[in-house]
Amino acid sequence: MASGPSGRLRQSAEALAIPVGALAAAMVVFGIAMAGLGRNPLEVYELIYRGAFASAFSWQNTLARAAPLILTALCVALPAQAGLMVIGGEGALVLGGLAAAVVGHLLVGVPPLGVKLAMALAGMLAGAAWIALAGALRQYRGVNETISSLLLGYIAIAVFNHFVEGPLRDPASLNKPSTTPIGDANMVGSLPGLDVHWGLGFGLVFCLVTYVLVKHTTYGFALRIVGGNARAARLAGLPVGAIALAACALGGAAAGLAGMVEVAAVHGSANASLIAGYGYAGILVAFIARQNPLAIVPVAVLVGGISASGGMLQRRLDLPDATVLVLQGIAFMLILASETVYGRLKIFRPERA
Amino acid sequence: MTELGWWGVPIAVLGGAVRVSTPFLFVSLGECITEKSGRINLGLEGILVMGAMSGYALSYITGSPWLGVLGAGVAGLVLGLLHGLVCNLPRVNDIAVGIGLMLFGTGLAFFLGKPYVQPKAPTLPAMSLGGWSGSPQVQAALEVNPLFLIGIGLAVSLGWAFRNTRWGLIVRTVGDSSDAARAMGYAVPRVRTLCTGVGGFLAGIGGSFLSLYYPGSWSEGLSSGQGLMAVALVIFARWKPMRCFYAALLFGGAGAVGPALQSVGITSGYYLFNAAPYVVTLGIMIATCSPRRTLAGAPGELSINR
Repeated sequence: MASGPSGRLRQSAEALAIPVGALAAAMVVFGIAMAGLGRNPLEVYELIYRGAFASAFSWQNTLARAAPLILTALCVALPAQAGLMVIGGEGALVLGGLAAAVVGHLLVGVPPLGVKLAMALAGMLAGAAWIALAGALRQYRGVNETISSLLLGYIAIAVFNHFVEGPLRDPASLNKPSTTPIGDANMVGSLPGLDVHWGLGFGLVFCLVTYVLVKHTTYGFALRIVGGNARAARLAGLPVGAIALAACALGGAAAGLAGMVEVAAVHGSANASLIAGYGYAGILVAFIARQNPLAIVPVAVLVGGISASGGMLQRRLDLPDATVLVLQGIAFMLILASETVYGRLKIFRPERA
Repeated sequence: MTELGWWGVPIAVLGGAVRVSTPFLFVSLGECITEKSGRINLGLEGILVMGAMSGYALSYITGSPWLGVLGAGVAGLVLGLLHGLVCNLPRVNDIAVGIGLMLFGTGLAFFLGKPYVQPKAPTLPAMSLGGWSGSPQVQAALEVNPLFLIGIGLAVSLGWAFRNTRWGLIVRTVGDSSDAARAMGYAVPRVRTLCTGVGGFLAGIGGSFLSLYYPGSWSEGLSSGQGLMAVALVIFARWKPMRCFYAALLFGGAGAVGPALQSVGITSGYYLFNAAPYVVTLGIMIATCSPRRTLAGAPGELSINR
């Protein structure tokens, strides 16, 4: 591949230009589809922009949605470094939220900071265990991790429903079964100076730590070797199973933390609102970011913005709320198809020495 | 309580197996064709939902449920071909495209299907095969949909076609060794694209069963992962169409345990019983997979084996 500063620059330019081009193409395809339905595409674009980024209120909405997306995207990107395609973030998120709600309710008389820490820890442990299970099945039983993590996701949602509608249901929650509220004192507040909850801060820190871990530590180096060629890693004497499992557990912890944030900063208790598809949208974020932990942050803000604008499209143009899902789906397909363009465009090719 | 008492449970499970297994059967037969050609299509979940929506919408518009079934198949065919064509591009991963198609298909179905949540479309007729029995439970268990019988016929003929026809041999060759297929002069990408398209057609029909027979209406929560479980089901069935049929019955029966127990008054753990099909699927995959060898009967080009 390319070497020297100019070669590296061309590679970075390529890594930026191709996803941006694919997203632009997705907007065009989506605009044509909207025109086919008799809507003015320019008006649709404008409303998406206004719903996502035009005012302080829409930014707030966008960032509040981006926070769990950052964390669930890490649940895809971290195992991906080890060559595993885990897509069960939704399950880790709901179990993390459930664990956090239970801990927050049980710890009575503990100072709020202690409760918050315990909730975060419980959420991360629950998520980590769930995704590590998928990793372990792959490592020790050869079960395909993509399918097993998705099945585990469905099982997690069933377990979640069982507890929220049964043994852990707060009798006071009549219309919408929920666990007992964790109490206002234990809620995680807003970031200083912003009207956005701490989940965004957690996501940013988690991304930074992951980036340093993957790119600048021996563990990260070993992890990338495992992802590049597991057989070579085994021949080099690396503990392939343990390295891959750690990546899965860390990714699961991120998704579990997302569940804790949704409970402790948004809903106040665990209920069906947790099953909002953040796990699936996180897959999209991770793929657009090409599994790069730092790129996840801007992509999550973009995808969060698109989903935040769904309400605006619904109210102004009388479009179904699934409109943004269509846009996300088109974007996903084109991003995946754009994978084939890498290394083929002349302007990004380094000059031959 | 019924006069059958506890006997009602196994009969209800059997009836549930017959009723619920049809979408599993069609989706897994479709996936079987796709995987035999060496590709894996995880997007069948999206195709299933899209098929359910378009089948219901067409049945409502035309008044003919069978036209709806056909339309669902065509919608599935289009999405399947999309998967096949995108995967033909070099360095594009078929599993990733499947995940993308899953999200795209469900999003598109929710978007286009919004106007059809309320109206009542004509649904597929049932055939009563239980007239010989005086018991209403047995009669209810043997209410069979024509698609179920078509599915059985399809499983038998597919198994025969894979073994005995020129086309079956071409598909198997492409799936086992693309080098060998190329050497024999077959266009590997074209065969795989067609197989994914046909797989999508069958998955779309499986989806139309959900909206046009059981549960028999269109809503956004209609599918509960049947399309995905079918992928695991094909692995369990060792890529043999007839075994797909038995596996579909087993999965359908697992899904019917919860409602059957509820009908005799056991309601605790209802949500946990809902997880039974997933637990069975996972358990079977754990029992049959091995880290040291590839699965017997697996097509050699399949990416999950490498």
